[in-house]
Amino acid sequence: MRQGMRVLGVAIRAEKAVFASAVLSSALYGGMTVGSAWALGWATEHVVLPAFSTGSATAGALWTGVLLIMGAALLKSIGVAGRRILAGLMQYRMQARSRREVTKQYLRLPLAWHHRHPTGQLLSNASSDAEAAWAPLAPLPMAVGVIVMLVTAAVAMVLTDPALALVGFLIFPAIAVLNLVYQRRLSPLATRAQQLRAEVSEIAHESFDGALVVKTLGREELETDRFRRRAEELRDANIAVGRVRGLFDPMLEALPTLGVLAVLGVGAARLASGSIDPGDLVQVAYLFTLLSFPIRALGWVLAELPRSVVGWERVRAVLEASGSMEYGRTAPPATSEPARLETSGVSYSYGTGPEAAAVVHDVSFGVEPGRTVALVGPTGSGKSTLVQLLVRLVDPADGRVLLDGVDLRELPYGAVAESVALVPQQTFLFDDTVRGNITLGLSISDEDVWAALRLAQADGFVARLESGLDTKVGERGATLSGGQRQRLALARAVARRPRLLILDDATSSVDPQVESRILHGLRDTAAASSVVVVAYRLATIALADEVVYLDRGRVVDHGTHDELLARCDGYRNLVTAYEREEAERAALSAEEEEAAARGAAGPGAADREAAERAAVAAAEEEGINA
Amino acid sequence: MSDVRGIGASAERSALATIRRGLSLTPEFRKGLAGTLALAVVATAGKVIVPIAVQQTIDTGLKDSTPDVGYVTRAVLLCAAAVVLTALAGYVMNVRLYKATESSLATLRVRGFRHVHDLSVLTQNTERRGALVSRVTNDVDQISTFMQWGGLMIIVSLGQLLVASVLMLFYSWQLTLLVWACFLPLMIALPRFQRWLSGAYTSVRERTGDMLAAVSESVVGAAVIRAYAAERRTAERVDKAVDANKAAQTRAQTIVGFVFPLTEIVAALAISGIVLLGVRLGLSGDITAGRLVAFLFLVTLFVSPLQTATEVLNEAQNAVAGWRRVLGVLDTPPDVADPGADGVELPRGPISVAFEGVHFAYPGGPPVLREVTAVIPPRSRVAVVGETGSGKTTFAKLLTRLMDPVSGRVTVDGHDLRGVRFSSLRERIVMVPQDGFLFDGTLEDNIRYGRPAATREEIELAMTELGLADWVDGLPAGLATPVGQRGESLSAGERQLVALARAYLADPDLLLLDEATSAVDPATEVRLARALEGVTRGRTAISIAHRLSTAENADEVLVFDGGRLVQRGPHDELVRQEDGVYAALHASWVSAARS
Repeated sequence: MRQGMRVLGVAIRAEKAVFASAVLSSALYGGMTVGSAWALGWATEHVVLPAFSTGSATAGALWTGVLLIMGAALLKSIGVAGRRILAGLMQYRMQARSRREVTKQYLRLPLAWHHRHPTGQLLSNASSDAEAAWAPLAPLPMAVGVIVMLVTAAVAMVLTDPALALVGFLIFPAIAVLNLVYQRRLSPLATRAQQLRAEVSEIAHESFDGALVVKTLGREELETDRFRRRAEELRDANIAVGRVRGLFDPMLEALPTLGVLAVLGVGAARLASGSIDPGDLVQVAYLFTLLSFPIRALGWVLAELPRSVVGWERVRAVLEASGSMEYGRTAPPATSEPARLETSGVSYSYGTGPEAAAVVHDVSFGVEPGRTVALVGPTGSGKSTLVQLLVRLVDPADGRVLLDGVDLRELPYGAVAESVALVPQQTFLFDDTVRGNITLGLSISDEDVWAALRLAQADGFVARLESGLDTKVGERGATLSGGQRQRLALARAVARRPRLLILDDATSSVDPQVESRILHGLRDTAAASSVVVVAYRLATIALADEVVYLDRGRVVDHGTHDELLARCDGYRNLVTAYEREEAERAALSAEEEEAAARGAAGPGAADREAAERAAVAAAEEEGINA
Repeated sequence: MSDVRGIGASAERSALATIRRGLSLTPEFRKGLAGTLALAVVATAGKVIVPIAVQQTIDTGLKDSTPDVGYVTRAVLLCAAAVVLTALAGYVMNVRLYKATESSLATLRVRGFRHVHDLSVLTQNTERRGALVSRVTNDVDQISTFMQWGGLMIIVSLGQLLVASVLMLFYSWQLTLLVWACFLPLMIALPRFQRWLSGAYTSVRERTGDMLAAVSESVVGAAVIRAYAAERRTAERVDKAVDANKAAQTRAQTIVGFVFPLTEIVAALAISGIVLLGVRLGLSGDITAGRLVAFLFLVTLFVSPLQTATEVLNEAQNAVAGWRRVLGVLDTPPDVADPGADGVELPRGPISVAFEGVHFAYPGGPPVLREVTAVIPPRSRVAVVGETGSGKTTFAKLLTRLMDPVSGRVTVDGHDLRGVRFSSLRERIVMVPQDGFLFDGTLEDNIRYGRPAATREEIELAMTELGLADWVDGLPAGLATPVGQRGESLSAGERQLVALARAYLADPDLLLLDEATSAVDPATEVRLARALEGVTRGRTAISIAHRLSTAENADEVLVFDGGRLVQRGPHDELVRQEDGVYAALHASWVSAARS
C-alpha cells in the first residue's frame, strides 16, 4: 500500500501539471455529483412536494429547478470529460516515458548485462511491466475526485441533518474498510496470477520459437502438456482471484443500498419528530445512490496497486542497473590507414565466483596494419568471446585490448565502431529496408551500398527483390535465407570501409563457391584494412598472413599457417581433418579397387584410375604442407 | 495445397457470429450458464429495491401528516433482507462465472497452442512469433476480461433497463415514454460511437505491435547495435514507435472522454422533463408524489448501463477482436495435416524414399522445385548438394513433410507421405535443422527431448557413441549444464552438437541432416561424421551439405541446380562429367580448400 503510494508519487511528480488539471476536473466532477443531488433535493422540496400538497406550481420555481439540474449536469460532464482525457494522457505519458527509459538502458548497459538477463524478461519489462506500473493512474484522478465528493457530501449531510449524516458516517467508512480488506486479500492472488501469465507467455514464446524442432521430432503433444500444466495453474489462480472479487464486489454494492434504506428508516423517524423536510430525505437518499458507484474508484486504484508495485519494481530494476560501459577521451588518429590491433594478457569469464570458468585466458596476439589474422580453434574454444573483446562488446577481466596503441577503454564512445566492423556469427537484421540495414543511419550513397553488396555477393538477390534496396527485411524478412542474411550483414560491415574488419565465422551459411568469391573480393579490396577472421575452412585460413590457434580459451600457438601445420598437432588435426579423411578414403578405395582389379584380371581402366587417385591424394597432402 | 493461407483473423465473420462460434468451442462455459444467468437476474433485481423503498416510504409511510414510522421500518427491513439475498446471489453468480470462464478459456488457450503447432511451418511463418504468442495469451486474456466483466455487464444492464422500465410503466406510462424518448437517441447513437472507438483501438493495437517490435530490436540486436554504435539510431526508432503508440492511445481516450459524459446530460434532461411533466400530471391527479420521486431514482438505473455501455462496447470490441484472432488460428486448417487414425503406420526398419514428379513453389512465388523424381533406396547414404537457392532445403522440408508438394508426390516405403500418420512419420524420419534450437533447461533435458523415455545411461551412451563424451565432460556441470534460453549459453557449434545428439537419441530410421554441423569445427565434424556413419549403418541417411567431403563419402549424390535435380550418382562418376554442375562445384570446393 505504502509502496503503491510511492509509485503513484513518482508519476505525480513527473506529470505535475497534467495531474493537477486531472484532479481539478475530477474535483469539479465530485463537487457537481453532490451538487446534482442537492439540485434534485431542492426541486423535490420546492417544486414537487409543494405542487402535490398545494395543488399548484409556479413556473418560476419549476424552471429554476430545471436550470439547477441541467447546470449541475453540464458542469459534472465537463469534469468527467476532463478527468478521463487527462487521466489517460497521464497514464500514457508515463508508460511511454518508462518504455523510452527502459529501452535507453537496454541500449546503454553493457552486453555482459544482457548476457545475464533472458530476452523474454527484458521484453516484458518494457511492455507489460511498464503498463502495469502505471495502470492505477487511469482511475487515480477519479479516486481523488471521489474523496472531494465524499467530503462535500459529508458537509452537505451534516448541514441537512446530523442524524442522517451519522448514517453516512457509518456506511462510508465501512465501505472504505471493506475496500481495504478486499485489496489486502486480492493483492497476493493477483500478483501470482500475473506471474503465471508471464510464465504461460514464456512457454508459448519458447515453444513457437522452437517450432521446427517440435515438428521434426513430433513433440507437439509433449509441448501441449507442458503448456497445459501452466495454463491450468493460471486458471486456478484466476479462479482464486474471482472468488475474492465475487465475495467483495456484491458486498461493496450492497453497503450503499443498505445505507439508503437506513436513511429512509431514520429519516421517517426524523420526519415524525419534525427535524427534517421530506426534500432533505430525498436529497440524502439520492446522494447515497449517486455515490455508490464512484466510491468504488478507490477500490480500482487499490486493486491495481499490487500489480503496479510489481511492475514498477521490475522497471526500476532495469533503470537502476549499473555497470555501464565507461568511455575515455583519447581521440583516435584521424586516418583511413589500416588499424593495428593488440591484445595483451586478456582474460574473460561469464558469471562470477569460483564456478565461473575463464572462457578466454591470458590471450596475447597482435594484428599489424593491413595484415590478416585467422583465429582458429575447436568448437567452444572461446573465439567468439575473444571477438567480442576485440570490438569492446565486453571488457576483459584482465589484460588490455589496444587499437593503434590505445586501450579500447580510453577511446570515446563510437570510436571503436568508426574504425572496426564486426560481422558476428549470429546474423541480426533490423526491421528495416535493405538500405537501412546496411547504412544504419550513416550517409552512405546508394552507389557505395551497391558496391558493398557486390563485395558481399549480395547484389544479385537484392536486385531481384521486388523493391530492391527499399525492400523491408528483418522480423518479417523470413523470405531471406540464412546465407542471404549473412551476406547482408557482411555488406553492412564492408560498406563502412572499416580500418579493421572482424569476421566471426561470418560466412558459415554461404556456399563455398560464393564464399570463395567473397573472400577473394575482400582480399582485393581489403588492402585498406586489417582483418581478423574466425574460420575453420582452409580457404579462409589461406587468406591469412598469420594464424592464432586457440584451445580452451588459451593461445596454444601462433605463426604462419605453414609453421603451425608443422609444429602444432592440435592445429594440424583441426584444419586438415577433411583432407586426411579424404586421403584415407582415397587410399582405402584405391586398395579396394586394386583388389577388385586384380580379381578381374589384367590391368585396366580401374587400375589406372586408382593410381591417378593416389597421386592426387599425395599431391593434395603436399599442397597442404606447401 | 498450392494455396497456403496466412492465419486470418476471421474478419469476414460478424461480431455475433464470432461470439457464437467462440462459445461453441468452450462447452465448459455453456454448461450451467442458465443457472448463472438466473442468479444474475436475481442480483440485478436488487437494483430496483431502492426506488421501490423510496416510493413506499413517501406514498404510504408519509401519506398522513404524521409519518407511519412502523410501516417504514417494516418496509426498510424487508428491503434490507432482499438486498442481502441479492448480494448472496451476486456472490454465487460471480464464483460460477469465474470458474466457467477460466476453465473454458484455459481449454481455448491450450487448443490454440496445440493448433499453432499443428499448422505448417509455412503458415507459422506468415506471422510474427510475438503475434502467434498473443493469440494464446493476450487475446485470450481479453476474452476473459470481457466474459467476467463486460459480458456480464451487458446482461446486467439489459436486465436493469428492463426491470426499471417495467416498474416505470407500472407507475406512469407518460413519464416512461418521456424517459425513453430522452434516452433512445443516445442508444441509437451508441453503435456509431463504438465504430469511432473501434477504429481508434485498432490503430492502438497496431502501434502497440510496432512499439514492441522496436523495443525487441534493442534487446535481440544488442551485440550488433553496440558493434556498430547504432544506439542513438535505435533509440530514435524506439522513441518514434513509443510516441506513435502514445498518440494513438490518447486519441482513443479522448473519444471515450467526450462520449462518456453525454449520458449525464441526457439523464439531466430526463430528470428535468420528469419534474416538468410529473408536476403537471400530479396536478391532474395522475401520479402520486412518491411515484414521481421514485422516477428520479429509476432514471439513475438508466445512467450506469449507458455510461458503461461505451466501456462495455470497447471491451466487447477487444474481446471480439481477440476471439477473431484466436478463432483465426483455430479455423486455419493445418495445410499439412496429420491423417491421424486413418493414416498408415510405417513398420520399423530401413526406409526407402521416392520423389515422383515433385513440384513446389511458395505461395505467389516462382517455382523452387521442378519435376524432381528420385528414388532413395533403403540403407543408402545420400548427399544433397547445390548452390544456395537450388532447392536443397525445400527438398528436405518436403521429405520430412514440413510442407507438401504443389504437385507430384513423395512416398516412403511406397506410401504417400500425406497418408502416413504423423506419430509414425516423426518417429521414423528425423531432421536436424541448421539452427540448433535448444530449450531453456539442462543439456540432458535437451538431449532427452529426442526420446523422453531415455534413461541417463542411454543419454551418456549416445554421447559416447557420437564421440561427444569428452566435450560433455569438459563442461562445468557435464550433462547438468544449463544451456540458457534458446541455448544462448552455448556457442553455435555446441548447440548444433546438442541438436544432433537429440536427433540421434530419437533413433530414427532415416536421419536427415540439413547442414547440421555447419558451425562445428572440422576435426569434430569429421569425428561426428564417422561416428554417425558407424551408428547409422543399416539406416537411411541424407545429408545436405556445403562441404563436399560429405558428398565424397556418400553412396549417391543428388545435385540440385535452379530447383531441378540435374545430376545424380556416386561422387566418382559425377566428378568425371566435366561439364556437369557437380564437377564445377567440386572444382570450386577443391580450390577453396587448397588455395
